[in-house]
Amino acid sequence: MKTMANREILLFSGLAIIIALVFAWMGSAYGMRMLVEASCYAIIGLGLTIQWGYAGLFNVGVMGFIASAAFASLLVTFPVNQAFWDTEAPGMLAHAALVFAIGVAVIYGVSQSHRLGLPRKLRTLLTLIAAAITYLWVQGLMDPATTLIERNGGWVGGLGLPVWMGWIAGGIVAGVLGWAMGRITLGLRADYMAIATLGISEIIKAFLKNADWLTRGTLTVSPLPWPVPTPQEIGFIASRSAYLSITAILIVVVYILLQRAWASPWGRMMRAIRDNEFASAAMGKDINRRRLEMFMIGNFIIGVGGAALVTFTSIFDPASFVPLNHTFLIWVMIIVGGAGNNLGTIFGVLLVYVIWTMSEPAALFLFQQAAVWGDRLFDWQAPADLATRALQMRVFVIGLTITLVLRFAPDGLLPEKPVKYE
Amino acid sequence: MEQGVGLLAALPVNEVVFFINKVVIAGLIIGSVYALGAVGVTLIYGILRFAHFAHGDMMTAGAFFALIFVALFPTAGDALGLPSAFVLMPLAMVVTALFAIGIDKGFYAPLRAAKVRPVVIVMASIGVMLMMQGLIRLFAGTGTYQFDAGSKAIYRLPVMGRDIILTQPQALLIVFTALAAIALHLFLTRTRMGKAMRAVSDNPDLARVSGISIDSVVRSTWVIAGALAAAGGTLLALDVTLKPDLSFNIILPIFAAAIVGGVGQPYGAMAGGMLVGFTETLAVFNWSVLLRPLRPYLPDIIEIPNRIAFVPTEYKIVVPFFILIAVLIWKPTGIFKGRVLK
Repeated sequence: MKTMANREILLFSGLAIIIALVFAWMGSAYGMRMLVEASCYAIIGLGLTIQWGYAGLFNVGVMGFIASAAFASLLVTFPVNQAFWDTEAPGMLAHAALVFAIGVAVIYGVSQSHRLGLPRKLRTLLTLIAAAITYLWVQGLMDPATTLIERNGGWVGGLGLPVWMGWIAGGIVAGVLGWAMGRITLGLRADYMAIATLGISEIIKAFLKNADWLTRGTLTVSPLPWPVPTPQEIGFIASRSAYLSITAILIVVVYILLQRAWASPWGRMMRAIRDNEFASAAMGKDINRRRLEMFMIGNFIIGVGGAALVTFTSIFDPASFVPLNHTFLIWVMIIVGGAGNNLGTIFGVLLVYVIWTMSEPAALFLFQQAAVWGDRLFDWQAPADLATRALQMRVFVIGLTITLVLRFAPDGLLPEKPVKYE
Repeated sequence: MEQGVGLLAALPVNEVVFFINKVVIAGLIIGSVYALGAVGVTLIYGILRFAHFAHGDMMTAGAFFALIFVALFPTAGDALGLPSAFVLMPLAMVVTALFAIGIDKGFYAPLRAAKVRPVVIVMASIGVMLMMQGLIRLFAGTGTYQFDAGSKAIYRLPVMGRDIILTQPQALLIVFTALAAIALHLFLTRTRMGKAMRAVSDNPDLARVSGISIDSVVRSTWVIAGALAAAGGTLLALDVTLKPDLSFNIILPIFAAAIVGGVGQPYGAMAGGMLVGFTETLAVFNWSVLLRPLRPYLPDIIEIPNRIAFVPTEYKIVVPFFILIAVLIWKPTGIFKGRVLK
């Protein structure tokens, strides 16, 4: 136990030195931006470590959940677009929503009709027919509404509510999506969850990119309202420090809650389920229900962190969500840090994010040097898009890190501590 | 007789030919590509028991190997009147097969030997996927490449004044997939190694104690998966273009195809690939074209919109996903009774 504490102190003081070096090198404004982004990633990482480290659930759709949470936050917090509310479009949308709600109720009713004695085949057929009719009807109602919105107001705008409400809304949306994914895939092998979450994240991205009436699509939305005064009002360093203090408080709150939960009987049950599914099932635990619980809690935290991250960048651009930055980078962070250890997760996030931001100038520098020396020694003509190619090197490095860590240090730098009851 | 000619004239030949060109042929093409990928995925899942996420990039890598060979021997296909890429494809298949074995030796075999949970190997395959993506884009950039299709022959089958059109790469793709299906069937049912592979897929422990060499089974799995992936990638690139960022767009339909067909069932993967391919093209097809001939017979109140498609083209990726979800909910074993994966 003593060596473990020493190790934590050693690793964190090393990290502090690295961060101080970055501050000295690149300036305080840059360093603060990096720290704020890293803190948002830390919240997301804590959510993912619940899913993977605590429950062994393989979520490869983090990007989609972040994007949907960011969108929900945008919808709640962005100022009201009066041009949209003045048209008939809200009424048309409400009409479509009503039809959709009725349709869902009918579909659900039909899908339960076997209880009235209908044969199962007939029930499936009727359910499919009801779903198809609902889909076509809602689509028929939505088309004129979306055209009207795109012609008049441009897009629907927001609700103009406080930012914290937006972040909570983001968490709830991500949690509900996680519930749906979990209901479908939790009974099956982990691979299916990976495939399904990867799919849903690509679909969410496609939807946010193409639904111009809802998100302005490729036109992007900015500036997103901040919970603290913006840099224009009080300067970069002051406003970024204020933002950092909010995210830091969030991290501390999430961390304390997780530590408490992990030490509680509930946490013990979760570890038991992860480590020996059959034994805990035999003890009467409803495994899939517990896992669903974990997946939703994890997704809620991912959603809050994602909303905070996108709010900080101050622009909502659906095309800026890429699996590398928003899914696999976070995976590397938590497996390097130590999945299942909250402190390890935070450490991994900070370390990997510092390396990640520094790797961009480093890769460009290396490749420029390579081009210069290649030209000098071998008369090698570097391709014109060398800079974009150099950044692709980071994709390779992320992949290599994942495979190497899994093989040589599967527990990460700060492994999960076995809880002992004396 | 008069009546017969009148009926024939009323037949919507134009529309039917259009339908065949846009749906039947397009579905067959994309379905063949998915099938070639899905066979590899399903074999790997059946024998090594993990979802191989790097398969889409393996297809891209295979196509790039073919591109390199074409750059080395640009005139290889001229004598046969076929695209050079197709003539050189066997070389690319061999290289990709070796490449696949290398990846297994370097990244998956050590994890298998350490007896990790299967999901860790899935994660490693995602790591391999990212590495391959990075390398491909590092060496090839992010632009698209166009294979020289060589003779550019187009086959036209005239149907009452309208042509059913098939380009040479498309014909090659369909013929190759059919031949690959037959060859795979003969291999799995008639040869010693094929039977051993099926035995390992059914029950690895029983297979091991009966003296089957697991190592050689694993190796031949990667050879088949790698070779078919290279063929699928090259033929897709011949038909359209070669893009380095294919991976995510193609891996989801391929998984959907493998799962619909029943995991571990090569024939199921072929059928699943076709099913997913046809569903995709049917879902984005503009049905109002087929309804237009009915125009004179309909009352004026009913208006035919210009566009009736189930799914807008930009949401094409939703189709395989919904097939996947539907199968997972109602029939997780797939249509060919694959393994129930718990």
